[in-house]
Amino acid sequence: MAKPATLSMPPEPILSNEEILRYSRHLIMPEVGMEGQQRLKAARVLCVGAGGLGSPLALYLAAAGVGTLGLVDFDVVDVTNLQRQIIHSTADIGRKKLDSAAERLRGVNPHVDVRTFETRLTSDNALQIVRDFDIVVDGTDNFPTRYLVNDACVLTGKLNVYGSIFRFEGQVSVFAAKDGPCYRCLYPEPPPPGLVPSCAEGGVLGILPGLVGVMQATEAVKLILGRGEPLVGRLLLVDALGMRFRELKLRKNPECPVCGPRPTITRLVDYEEFCGVRGEEAQAEAGRVPEIQVEELKRRLDAGEDVFLLDVREPHEVAICGLGGHLIPLGDIPKRAHELDSSRPIVAYCRSGMRSAKAVAFLRQAGFRKVRNLAGGILAWADRIDRSMPKY
Amino acid sequence: MTVHIPTPLRPYAGKEAAIDVPAATVGEALSRLVERHPDLRRHLYGEEGKLRSFVNVYLNDEDVRYLQREATPVKEGDALSIVPSIAGGR
Repeated sequence: MAKPATLSMPPEPILSNEEILRYSRHLIMPEVGMEGQQRLKAARVLCVGAGGLGSPLALYLAAAGVGTLGLVDFDVVDVTNLQRQIIHSTADIGRKKLDSAAERLRGVNPHVDVRTFETRLTSDNALQIVRDFDIVVDGTDNFPTRYLVNDACVLTGKLNVYGSIFRFEGQVSVFAAKDGPCYRCLYPEPPPPGLVPSCAEGGVLGILPGLVGVMQATEAVKLILGRGEPLVGRLLLVDALGMRFRELKLRKNPECPVCGPRPTITRLVDYEEFCGVRGEEAQAEAGRVPEIQVEELKRRLDAGEDVFLLDVREPHEVAICGLGGHLIPLGDIPKRAHELDSSRPIVAYCRSGMRSAKAVAFLRQAGFRKVRNLAGGILAWADRIDRSMPKY
Repeated sequence: MTVHIPTPLRPYAGKEAAIDVPAATVGEALSRLVERHPDLRRHLYGEEGKLRSFVNVYLNDEDVRYLQREATPVKEGDALSIVPSIAGGR
């Protein structure tokens, strides 16, 4: 059996009678008991991100009686968040996520000291913020921040409870435990930007961050209690569609640049650069494709001019809304380009104009001279031409 | 042997979640896979034909980097998993 990762904690605080009653279901279990509950109260957990993963895990950690909960976020609540970010409610739309989350957590458990950090976690502030916590729970949504959280945890000796999601799949592990592997041992390098779609682009089953976030909360509580077998050196893969859980062995990479015996990363670096995000912007600039604005398209359609509309979304998106035209999903364009007439003016569109820009770039290379991208896609059309068009 | 395809790569693998290929080594299984689904190649291999560093390949529950990498022998009934990095969380 793996040894529980150990946490050094401040002296055990006293529980009030109200707290003893509140936590009675914990106290009667030998694995928690009075000592465990006091450990929970003494524990300080930092949740990076108050979104999909952050919502369920912060709620459960607060309910469980974690004494100090830090929240890092800089976003405001948007209606599209509510499908999964259960810490926020409909009335919170437009509010800062930190305000909404902190209010909810204090409502769940007034004994929790909720500390908010209204900022993006950066190389300049991460060590300072992480320093006052015992465990960091990573609920972020991008590669630069994931490497930043990892390195900050390794450099400060904090445990990193990792969770990540995509569509129906999730990954969970505990990094940066003593003698355990870190995120860089698992993935020494990030994928090039644009290769892995984000939840905003690829979608995510709303329940999945609940499943994965609650597993992260479970690991955090186990680490605090020093009970059970934490996911140190193991990567848990969650496939919600098949409802299959698989476990892979994670080894500490002896060549790891941050947690190995000969580290080359000894302070926080520029993670945007490391992940090539800056390079991507420059590339996007260079690869800019000819565009048409929604107003211009509307005028041409109304005037009866020859315009061939090419919808490059996925077939299931057509049921939501659209501008009509010929459907060829982006991924099928290379093998179905022959369906298109290169002598006609073509306007490619998608939801936001991102995928159709790629389609236009491909078709231009393939010799289509008259193809243009609908700037802003259906979202721009809904905003500026047809207010009755739903946005998604 | 069975190769498990993760969600982000399924669009390039005929939308399949698992694909059976005959193979004697990890490298052979992956070659068969990209022969069958050429769109997968750029997601798995870099310019020099080496497996990309952000794509982890596991034989059953073991990272092939800690076995014999692509030369690792495989047998019928083994499962190969491609585990790419994902970052979603909001």
